Amino acid sequence: MSSGALLIQLAYVVSAALFIFGLKLLGSAATARRGNTLSSLGMLLAIIAALLDQGIVEYQWIIAGFLVGGVIGAGVARMVQMTSMPEMVALYNGFGGMASLLVGAAALDSSAGTFTLVTIVLSILIGGVTFTGSIVAWGKLSETFGSGAVQFGGQQIVNSLIVLAVLASGVMFCLQPDNPQWLILMIGLSLLFGVMAVIPIGGADMPVVISLLNSYSGLAACAAGFAVNNNILIVAGSLVGASGIILTQIMCKAMNRSLSHVLFSGFASVSSEEPVVEGEIKPISVEDAYYVLEAASNVAIIPGYGMAVAQAQHVVKELTELLEKNGAEVNFGIHPVAGRMPGHMNVLLAEADVPYDQLLEMDDINPRMETVDVAIVIGANDVVNPAAREVESSPIYGMPVINVDMARTVFVLKRAMASGFAGIENPLFYKDNTRMLFGDAKESIGGLVRELGNG
Amino acid sequence: MDAVFLTFILMLSIFLGFELINKVPATLHTPLMSGANAISGITVVGAIALAGTGKHDLANWLGAGAVALASINVVGGYMVTDRMLAMFKKKEG
Repeated sequence: MSSGALLIQLAYVVSAALFIFGLKLLGSAATARRGNTLSSLGMLLAIIAALLDQGIVEYQWIIAGFLVGGVIGAGVARMVQMTSMPEMVALYNGFGGMASLLVGAAALDSSAGTFTLVTIVLSILIGGVTFTGSIVAWGKLSETFGSGAVQFGGQQIVNSLIVLAVLASGVMFCLQPDNPQWLILMIGLSLLFGVMAVIPIGGADMPVVISLLNSYSGLAACAAGFAVNNNILIVAGSLVGASGIILTQIMCKAMNRSLSHVLFSGFASVSSEEPVVEGEIKPISVEDAYYVLEAASNVAIIPGYGMAVAQAQHVVKELTELLEKNGAEVNFGIHPVAGRMPGHMNVLLAEADVPYDQLLEMDDINPRMETVDVAIVIGANDVVNPAAREVESSPIYGMPVINVDMARTVFVLKRAMASGFAGIENPLFYKDNTRMLFGDAKESIGGLVRELGNG
Repeated sequence: MDAVFLTFILMLSIFLGFELINKVPATLHTPLMSGANAISGITVVGAIALAGTGKHDLANWLGAGAVALASINVVGGYMVTDRMLAMFKKKEG
């Protein structure tokens, strides 16, 4: 190894250490920002080291690529609304996958041995599936394609055939690497498989899907690292892969569903009988809600994706301040799958200046629910559905939920009577202690804020 | 030998990743994912060498495309993560 090459390898070691230390600092909200900066320095170092490679004879295409990607990346990062973070992460997963596919394909040369060929197959397969899968996930999240599950008879058989065809073309490619048709066939089939794998998954399962695709984008980088024989790609790629897998597990557990269940069967196919719901819906006016809230000394707010859609997080913060001024204790209960990606609600509330120590996880807020005077559910539905505990025939039976029905009074803010993203009836709305506050969440809370401000 | 060595690195990094990420609190999961997006842009390092061969063949163009895509992830991922993390504040007093 020449001294130049040795220096490059040493730089990769330092950059791997920076990635690791950066992730370690992400373990606490107080140090997380510093962690992100360290991680970005690690990336900068790795890029500089890569640019010093002896094999590089011209720089214009590298610079052109940097400029195009950097401008797009910076523009999107500045403009993106926090509400749209799931879509953005989905798209970025896809770009990562595509980049690895391209690197894998470009790494092919006539001298490649069998091991390299196999890793090229893997980076094309994982990268391709990640790319089209993420595009479909993005389409569903942004409702460009409609968020429903697309299912048809014999779907699993078709998908199994595609998997077999991908594997077969991969084997043929390894046997005849000089014949480009196998490579092209494999790329095409991988892209097709990504689409087929994500279309049967319904909108409510998107937090699982983007976590999983996040993991794939890392594994694709890993495979590309094997293909071009580069340590830092393997280290960084597997850190991302592990992160995505952990998030996937957390999401699945929070929905009481196994990963294979999420991937191979939509919600719709599970549910057959309508749960019997007793009782009646009791609407409440903003004014009456105010009287109840004014007397409350312990308030819990349970936000869901509906809060993001109504852009209500800022008025929610105002409401929180007024209630605290009124002497009430206010906490937020965040369900792991509230919103459309892990931690989505936390970011939206952080944007509205709600301090993170006021955001309680499900397991922390549930034991206190009986002491809560008023639980305010804002645009959440399935994550507070008591059917998950009580109705065995419900498709979400067994899913851990926030037990708002244990609070003395529950206000449910809802645009109109309709079931949630998952399309499941919610008996919470019919409980004796539940009051429905119909209308746009932002306007309803705005009304409460005015009443409290005057009172 | 190279293959074994690289697989060894893979195995250790995955275990390390599990240990590190398990300690990330739920409140930071969105920044964790966007930060992971940025790290998965590490593919840019592999793409740089391919985009700079000067051969002007197919592999060269694929490499340049990969540099562009991976830079979107790197630049966009780190910037948006920083933007988010700047918003996380502890309760005063």
